[in-house]
Amino acid sequence: MRIRVKLFAVARDLAGRSELELELPSGANVAVLRAALVRDVPAFGPLLPHMQIAIDSRYATDDEPIGPHSEVAIIPPVSGG
Amino acid sequence: MTQLTDNPIDTQAVLAAVATPAAGAVVLFLGTTREFTDGRQTTALDYEAYRPMAEKTLSDLAEEARRRWPIEKLCIVHRLGHVPLGEASVAVAVSTAHRAAAFEAGQWLIDSLKESVPIWKKETWAVGGTEWVHPGMEPK
Repeated sequence: MRIRVKLFAVARDLAGRSELELELPSGANVAVLRAALVRDVPAFGPLLPHMQIAIDSRYATDDEPIGPHSEVAIIPPVSGG
Repeated sequence: MTQLTDNPIDTQAVLAAVATPAAGAVVLFLGTTREFTDGRQTTALDYEAYRPMAEKTLSDLAEEARRRWPIEKLCIVHRLGHVPLGEASVAVAVSTAHRAAAFEAGQWLIDSLKESVPIWKKETWAVGGTEWVHPGMEPK
């Protein structure tokens, strides 16, 4: 399945774009997504463990499955306020 | 009421949003943009959000605060985009019957906002260069 991933702040700067597309096996979970992200953007490597993944506007754990229509985003450590 | 805005925060409107005769206490917290961080001088701050998730997370926090404290009204406004030095980037206002709950709920709301709402701040340093602020992550 083809997944679009939204990027913000340092993640967007590292990738040089605000969204990327990845091909994932259907039923893939967040851990599989993380591995695919590092393959696609090697610069994510050392930083991705510090970033969270959101699915449909909720923080997701690594074992959470991703659906073909899920809205997926990388959430670097937040600094609002 | 929770809101993201691209405009300066109208603190009188924030106070008006929590005004009610049922309240004996109103606490207003403003987060303002600071010029110096650990001795480094900033000339500008810019905020960006993952808007749909930030809106959802803010309203989840408001709901949770209402479960924990007897809140009459609450209002959270976060400003996005360019925020000049000294201006408010965030406002949290809570009204309650008695002051202890207003202080506690206000503190909990701003602390929780800073931990979980997907909003990011970028510093523009006086010596040149910009940097996203990502607590706990090494600068790139």
